[in-house]
Amino acid sequence: MTKRYDVVVIGAGPAGLAAACKACEKGARRVLVAERDREAGGILNQCIHNGFGLHYFKEELTGPEYAGRFVDLLGKTGVELKLDTMVVDITKDKTVHAINTTDGYMELKAGAIVLAMGCRERTRGAIAIPGDRPAGIFTAGAAQRYVNMEGWMVGKRVVVLGSGDIGLIMARRMTLEGAKVLACVELMPYSNGLTRNIVQCLQDYDIPLYLSHTITNIIGKERVAQVVVSKVDENRRPIPGSEILFDCDTVLLSVGLIPENELTRSAEIAIDPRTNGAIVFENMETSAPGIFGCGNVVHVHDLVDFVTGESQRAGAAAARHALGQQDTGGVLEVEAGSCVTYTVPQRVRRDHVEKSMELFFRVNNVYHNMEIKVMDGDSQLCRFKREHMAPGEMERIAVPRVLLDKVRGDRITVTVVPQEGA
Amino acid sequence: MFDVAVIGCGVVGSGIACELSRFRLSVAMVEKENDVACGTTKANSAIVHAGYDPEPGTKMARLNVEGSRMMEDLCRRLNVRYKRIGSLVLAFRESEMECVRALYGRGLQNGVEGLRILAKEETLKLEPGLNPEVAGALYAPSAAIVDPWGLAIALAQTAVLNGAKLYLNSPVESIEEAGGFYRIRAGKNNIEAKYVVNAAGTHADEINNLAAKPFFKILPVKGEYYLLDKNQGGVVSHTIFHTPTAAGKGVLISPTVQGNLIVGPTADPASGPDDTAVTAEGLQKIAREALRCDASVNLRESIRNFAGVRAATERDDFILEASPDAPRFVNAAAIKSPGLSASPAIAKEARKILEGIGLRCEEKEHFTEYRRPPLFKDMTDGERRIAFGRDPLYGRVVCRCETVTQGDIRAALRGPIPPVSVDGVKRRCGAGMGRCQGGFCGPRVHELLSRAYRVPMERIMQDKTGSYILTGETKAGDAT
Amino acid sequence: MTNVICIVCPKGCHLQVDENNDYAVTGFGCARGIDYGKKELQNPTRVITSTVRLEGGIHRRCPVKTAADIPKGMIPDAMGLLNTVQLKSPVKVGDVVVPDICGTGVPWVATRNM
Repeated sequence: MTKRYDVVVIGAGPAGLAAACKACEKGARRVLVAERDREAGGILNQCIHNGFGLHYFKEELTGPEYAGRFVDLLGKTGVELKLDTMVVDITKDKTVHAINTTDGYMELKAGAIVLAMGCRERTRGAIAIPGDRPAGIFTAGAAQRYVNMEGWMVGKRVVVLGSGDIGLIMARRMTLEGAKVLACVELMPYSNGLTRNIVQCLQDYDIPLYLSHTITNIIGKERVAQVVVSKVDENRRPIPGSEILFDCDTVLLSVGLIPENELTRSAEIAIDPRTNGAIVFENMETSAPGIFGCGNVVHVHDLVDFVTGESQRAGAAAARHALGQQDTGGVLEVEAGSCVTYTVPQRVRRDHVEKSMELFFRVNNVYHNMEIKVMDGDSQLCRFKREHMAPGEMERIAVPRVLLDKVRGDRITVTVVPQEGA
Repeated sequence: MFDVAVIGCGVVGSGIACELSRFRLSVAMVEKENDVACGTTKANSAIVHAGYDPEPGTKMARLNVEGSRMMEDLCRRLNVRYKRIGSLVLAFRESEMECVRALYGRGLQNGVEGLRILAKEETLKLEPGLNPEVAGALYAPSAAIVDPWGLAIALAQTAVLNGAKLYLNSPVESIEEAGGFYRIRAGKNNIEAKYVVNAAGTHADEINNLAAKPFFKILPVKGEYYLLDKNQGGVVSHTIFHTPTAAGKGVLISPTVQGNLIVGPTADPASGPDDTAVTAEGLQKIAREALRCDASVNLRESIRNFAGVRAATERDDFILEASPDAPRFVNAAAIKSPGLSASPAIAKEARKILEGIGLRCEEKEHFTEYRRPPLFKDMTDGERRIAFGRDPLYGRVVCRCETVTQGDIRAALRGPIPPVSVDGVKRRCGAGMGRCQGGFCGPRVHELLSRAYRVPMERIMQDKTGSYILTGETKAGDAT
Repeated sequence: MTNVICIVCPKGCHLQVDENNDYAVTGFGCARGIDYGKKELQNPTRVITSTVRLEGGIHRRCPVKTAADIPKGMIPDAMGLLNTVQLKSPVKVGDVVVPDICGTGVPWVATRNM
């Protein structure tokens, strides 16, 4: 079965939903969203906690509430939503191969594609934790789905590895459902999650946080029985003799998210090894013309509000592309300077920046009293002060078009330096 | 009353049961776990060795070469993944080249075909990514890779399809000679059989000792592995060994039939016959040795670590013989490497040994091999359309990483030995073997099993009995 | 002087609250932080979220939240109230699931259409 669409959006999570709605608003007529789950909403459906929407809606919403707003919005557009549908392949010429139980195997031709597949969780095997391989080891997100969507308890005595937001949220969730969370164990000397979550998920429930520690052994025949937690040195190597034994039946792993880019790779789209997502332009276009990316599949976000903005940009650009107006023009590279791990976008066509360019980046450590400087060689384009920066808190700045126009070189550099006199 | 009871349903036991099921015999398969292929069969290098390693004149040597010759055809008939990719044993200095030459000589004696000694340039031509300090290699074009648990499951399913009775969850506790037959107490079952075959892997000595005088002791040797992401699957195109030491064949680097890269094993004493824990030291050993052969192996692309236990004994040969003192009792024991490679030949040999001690084997007129149903991901477009027409559930992808559909899982549930656990589905269909390691598909497979067997979600196991996934429900009042 | 991390928004400002000086707050990034700092030391409250049993919906559980913040000490009792709730689909965002949590006047409400 072959069908043509103006825009095909892959994924109906917050990224896909925002992109599709905006594409429709900007004039794309035949828009399809393909979603592999039975419902739209993506990961937000299982994020029953609040903290979403403070920027975008100026309200504090739970995940399902935030997703619900966009699901409702989508319902009012003419966008076609195919649920329970897996996209198995895409090609550079914008053919989408998808499959479901009613249509069978579909070959869809798209004027533009928006990649919004989100991310997956890093597993035990990926970090090579020694020990047995009993049941009771879950990634935090997988456990969250069991607990929140279907009401299953995954364990009674829990050790959480990783103090990123998902681990912290699940520490609280398991406690509220009657489990005993014995510890949250974090490899780094600082937590990767939002500080508010340390307070309302660990401190509120007296769950100890072990910084600079990691799990060095999992013991258990058929089900987890114990874990060994060791302190680590400045090179993150376990210190012999520092072992603590925990009697537990469950390990929740919150050890990293990886953008889900199998489809992106099969379309031979250039991937940034620092983000594990596609290299994108200011309009979220990838290295393949007419294929755009947004949300966690491009880089893992902390706030869904930023995902929405970014995805609307992608959707609008996808619509423009499908309608024949392609964004081309001279390219500025965006470089990550001192203290910066990566930036999104990685490339800018300034002719297509309207008033300002939204730029995201992350720092590589915890810093205080710093200055973000956007540089054109040695000359400074703009700067922003920050009291507190951390790797777990993605930064967002807006670089005005008028300043981009002043750039004489072929690149701009985003750099973070100590404040003068600080 | 059964003619034969085969104890242990790994690749050896299942192979023997399958072989016996070709004849007019009643066969019992007795397995302690809740599924077949749960022991060493599912935790090894998955290599079909060419046969130059074993000492000439040993059963190992003869059966390795014979089994290796039989493997391709067997796998084709059962639709088990098999790829003849050849192997290289690398030498980095002259003393190791001597070893290579010795292996070559041994291989010729054992009847291995196609062996060649390669100089440095030829070796690097075959495998450009290898450590350029390589001095030469033994090239064995007949070496292959296979799906070991897939093979065992297909053999077991064939046996059951042809009348063998499978007893799962049946650990053997006693074997009594009761005058012309054996009474076997296995879990809740009392099984009577005239002949017994002991294929109990790392517990083979215990099983022997239930019926006969102890004459061998299993000394379990652990082998730990890295399994790397498919993006590493093309790092080498042959199975790469380093010259062996006294401890064994050493760490190898090999593509797998699923497209991953496997790196390992170590060879360290296990603390017991079931000690499959992976250790930090073991993983470090693998890293050191593997990177010697090919520095581009990226162990950070690990998706899984696992360990298997070899059923080693003091003697360096299979114990494949009628028991010296127990009548009508055959040991198929101490089947460590090259056990998998030899398994098709071991099966035939075991049947011949049984015949030798009086078992009458009359070939059946009708014997049907169980062909593993083709997986959606391996089908052509045309085959997919047909499959979808027959069962629209081929349109629901359950495992995204490995493109396994609900139709595939349904086909497995309809087989002679359906999966009962999430890992049972994994071993038959591949769901959960990918880079997310079941993060996406695990809960979905879990639910499918719960519905298929009409049991509550809490009763579905991850793998073996006792490996429960859930502890209850939320909002149950008091969850602790 | 107590160090308190503000949890009102994801910024997580590091506040300092002086109990001996009428709970004066410094280190806030916005006015909400002042209120939070004072309250956290005298009468800490939280919004909490959970799920309840659901019949006839696409899933077996419906997500819920406290419509406003409730005293921290009441959290276990508030959670206990959910154990006996059995919702029936259809449920709308904002539907009251438990009208009054322990006399606070704050209800548990549904946060998803199911």
